Amino acid sequence: MALTPADVARLGELARVRLTEEELVHLAPQLDVILASVARVAEVAGADVPPTSHALPLTNVFREDVVTESLAADAVLAGAPSVEDGRFRVPRILGEEV
Amino acid sequence: MSELLRAGAAELAGRIATGEVSAREVTAAHLDQIAGVDDRIKAFLYVDGKRALAAADAVDAKRAAGEELGPLAGVPLAMKDIFTMKGAPTTCGSRILEGWVPPYNSTITDKLLAAGVVVLGKTNMDEFAMGSSTENSGFFTTHNPWDNTKIPGGSGGGSAAALASFEAPLAIGTDTGGSIRQPASVTGTVGVKPTYGATSRYGVVAMASSLDTPGPCARTVLDAALLHQVIAGWDPRDATSINAPVPDVVAAARHADVAGMKIGVVREFGGEGYQPGVEQRFGEALAVLEGLGAEIVEVSCPHFDYALAAYYLIMPSEVSSNLARFDAMRYGLRVGDDGVNSVEEVMNLTRGAGFGAEAKRRIIIGTYALSSGYYDAYYGSAQKVRTLITRDFDAAFANVDVLVSPTTPTTAFTIGERADDPLAMYKADLCTIPSNLAGNCAASIPCGLADGLPVGFQVMAPALADDRLYRLGAALEAELTSRWGGGLLDQLAESPSGAYLNVGGVR
Amino acid sequence: MSSAVVDFDDALAAFDPVLGLEVHVELNTASKMFCGCSTAFGAEPNTHTCPVCLGLPGSLPVVNAKAIESAIRIGLALNCKIADWCRFARKNYFYPDMTKDFQISQYDEPIAFDGWVDIDVDGETFRIEIERAHMEEDAGKLLHLGGTTGRIGDAEYSLLDYNRAGTPLIEIVTKTISGTGSKAPQVAKAYVSFLRDLMVSLDVSDARMEQASLRCDANVSIMPKGTTTLGLRTETKNVNSLRSVERALHHEICRQAAVLSSGGLVQQETRHWHEDGGYTTSGRLKSDAEDYRYFPEPDLVPVAPSREWVEELRATLPELPNLRKLRLQGDWGFTDLELQDVVNAGALDVIEATVAAGASPQAARKWWLTELARRANEAGVELAELAITPAQVAEVQGLVDAGTVNDKLARQVIEGVLAGEGTPAEVVARRNLAVVSDSGELAAAVDRAIAANPDVVIRIRDGHLQAAGALIGAVMKEMRGQADAAAVRELVLAKLA
Ligand SMILES: [Mg+2]
Ligand SMILES: [Zn+2]
Repeated sequence: MALTPADVARLGELARVRLTEEELVHLAPQLDVILASVARVAEVAGADVPPTSHALPLTNVFREDVVTESLAADAVLAGAPSVEDGRFRVPRILGEEV
Repeated sequence: MSELLRAGAAELAGRIATGEVSAREVTAAHLDQIAGVDDRIKAFLYVDGKRALAAADAVDAKRAAGEELGPLAGVPLAMKDIFTMKGAPTTCGSRILEGWVPPYNSTITDKLLAAGVVVLGKTNMDEFAMGSSTENSGFFTTHNPWDNTKIPGGSGGGSAAALASFEAPLAIGTDTGGSIRQPASVTGTVGVKPTYGATSRYGVVAMASSLDTPGPCARTVLDAALLHQVIAGWDPRDATSINAPVPDVVAAARHADVAGMKIGVVREFGGEGYQPGVEQRFGEALAVLEGLGAEIVEVSCPHFDYALAAYYLIMPSEVSSNLARFDAMRYGLRVGDDGVNSVEEVMNLTRGAGFGAEAKRRIIIGTYALSSGYYDAYYGSAQKVRTLITRDFDAAFANVDVLVSPTTPTTAFTIGERADDPLAMYKADLCTIPSNLAGNCAASIPCGLADGLPVGFQVMAPALADDRLYRLGAALEAELTSRWGGGLLDQLAESPSGAYLNVGGVR
Repeated sequence: MSSAVVDFDDALAAFDPVLGLEVHVELNTASKMFCGCSTAFGAEPNTHTCPVCLGLPGSLPVVNAKAIESAIRIGLALNCKIADWCRFARKNYFYPDMTKDFQISQYDEPIAFDGWVDIDVDGETFRIEIERAHMEEDAGKLLHLGGTTGRIGDAEYSLLDYNRAGTPLIEIVTKTISGTGSKAPQVAKAYVSFLRDLMVSLDVSDARMEQASLRCDANVSIMPKGTTTLGLRTETKNVNSLRSVERALHHEICRQAAVLSSGGLVQQETRHWHEDGGYTTSGRLKSDAEDYRYFPEPDLVPVAPSREWVEELRATLPELPNLRKLRLQGDWGFTDLELQDVVNAGALDVIEATVAAGASPQAARKWWLTELARRANEAGVELAELAITPAQVAEVQGLVDAGTVNDKLARQVIEGVLAGEGTPAEVVARRNLAVVSDSGELAAAVDRAIAANPDVVIRIRDGHLQAAGALIGAVMKEMRGQADAAAVRELVLAKLA
């Protein structure tokens, strides 16, 4: 199941990380080694072992439905690369709205 | 001056409280030290002397007004650049966040400021806490004060180096797979990973949410305990934080007694891949503890062998999701917005340019491990291993009070040595990772030098039994310090190789 | 643009439609799903935002307890099982309206699952099985600028307002709905209409489709009659009204039938409904590349509602709208058609209150669906917003029943009440509207009418009794309507007998 540079490029697109040709060639064998080494997790745990998603067994942590203060509008937009009319301005979107 | 730099946090706080020295003097001394040595160490990404002095002045004014001061009021601290603080840039060591100034404080920042702790600035780290050497910082590599050609550990290498170079008596870090303990180990400082959920993650930029644990870094066990007490506790803004009283870690640090304590040595951590000097110091520390009345037994945790593999699936999976938000839309870097490129292209270009090699590696691995068709074999199996590791801990803690091991298999390696060998780099966290996966607490305490570089002794305790770390740590520290005639860092301060730090000759 | 379609009847002759409906309901909590920002509609852009809903680095979500309560109550009302233990999950995809580039949702562990509801269409009952109702967060709002159409396709850039980001949503997903035949579009409409009424009666959502607080995505596929293999389905989005649900499905069934009949293949894709033109256009292909990489949300701990809590919430459920309708129809003796008119007019509540105040169901229905519906329509308000109470409507009918006013006068009474002139009795007094019952005055008027219309009198006496209408009309005119027409007729005939 060797990862090819093309596989890595596809994963890069899925993760929205543009990788150069050089990076792809460099990364593919590296990732292959890493994945081969971590694949051993599948050897040890049987079907009877429940997975752990959270380190501590907490449940039902909620907050009351109470309105608290929002950020000031200028603080919201202060770090934005581009702003127009109190809104974040972003490049054109080709894909359909999801 | 250098006498203020050599003093611990507890001592400084005491002297500030009595008025023997002002917080301003203490802060100024540390700012001067940063100015003097950080060109060489490169621990800090950002220093705000004006703000630090103003905070110090506020403490002095409070004292002058007769108000009661907290136990760390006026003590300077180096903050890992992963905690948000209003008005101070937060980069997490990444170019993608360069220039971002958060509009809010992390809960821990709030607690530190409320306690009168003086934040000197933000320290360097591996990008988004991903690494064991700070070589993955998007800005520069931090150097180990013991030997400037060596790494200071990571990801919290900046915080650890600031402590070891006497630029700050306190620091805070985050530990996802060892990022507090491993730098502590290789710099001869004390680093504690509290129980997961004992310290709030709110305002701490996430690397792997189910593993990230903020914690204290210091030069002594008592100082770490004092800082732990200030930053720990339930936070309603963090749904994974524990709503229970914080164990009295300060009392434990003052009650340095291990008589009758049952200590389990993890059989799986040792042997091949461990530097002989590291194993030697570790063995000596065990003998010291035994001499203090502790009972040493060997314990097997068979699934710890799978910890590294499980970690390198769970962590990158969470990373791939947590780092998705750095998409050039709302803050941070934006590349390729030429009016023609689509939003998708701008995201691709920005993330391709803004993230470093290690971040990219982990994002890709995580994306792969979570993708349909691979989830069960990778992420699903890794979470099962997590269960098995937790069971190993449970079984062990049924018989012993604490578990111990070397913190890291080797002392600090040379900068550049493992830069393009990710697997070799990952092994630096071999012994520290199980506690992150299980969520229990652990610490690294200096236990001597091997080939002239510090060795760390790791102690692990059950969840919510953080006090045991301090109890054992303080006992070991007290005994070793008395044998050495001072702390490990005092040896650096007084040695010719530490002369550049300019803090010798005062004790 | 609009694709070829075949006639609906032809389509249904050859194919059976299979539906799947996904309805998103915005909850009416005061604060957002994971932070304390207000959910109020219509604020200045980005003023209801904070580090959490902006997804700023370091921020963490904390679940709104009221949203959990609402989710459980919705699940119970839909006859669902409520999970003993479930988790939130991250749905990972990049889109600028998602501040974290993942949506906190639920994946394989929804809070409510395996439910059902019965939907009536023209007296036929269809059981809709509910696969799941799960919790998630809404996204921000995009504004597409530049270009010529203001649509996403040719916009030069977009602007983002994150006020809506993080508003709690419940997504209700049906199992496949088959066997509805030609009624498929009506069943879908009735189901969405049922959900809307349910949300309002549970008081968990405003459920206003025009404000997008209730949104429907309609999946449809068709299979050739006599086969059982499901065809590829399309998911139609932007269906923003009850009428659109029916129309969009109607259209999509016809379009797919045209594709299949001409030997083509239906693409598995999303389609966009165009309300104005009444057609759908192709959107995004649903391919393997769509991989959301779900995993349990590490920042939120599991939700494990105790059985006691669930039972407490069950006890808060109101009478469900469909059961209530059935009960009222039985009590009132309305035909299906009559009840449908009442429901469509949104008059169920006011009629129930009017009946409770003493009016007969038919009389209550008559007033609310005619005179009052007309006036509400003119004023552009809901029936319940008119300045007349159900009790006052009952009082008006009481005046009619007692013979104090006739129907025509009663309308004037209503006009007076609406104009703020007081109670019905006060309006009658003030406007002097009561029917004249003084027989002397009436008799004199009848005499005058007889005297003034000798030719009519002759015709009546010749046996043409319908000619009496002219005399009655003359009397009523003189009395300015304030006489009982029946009594006038009696008097006229008596005098000429
Ligand atoms: Mg959804
Ligand atoms: Zn918010």
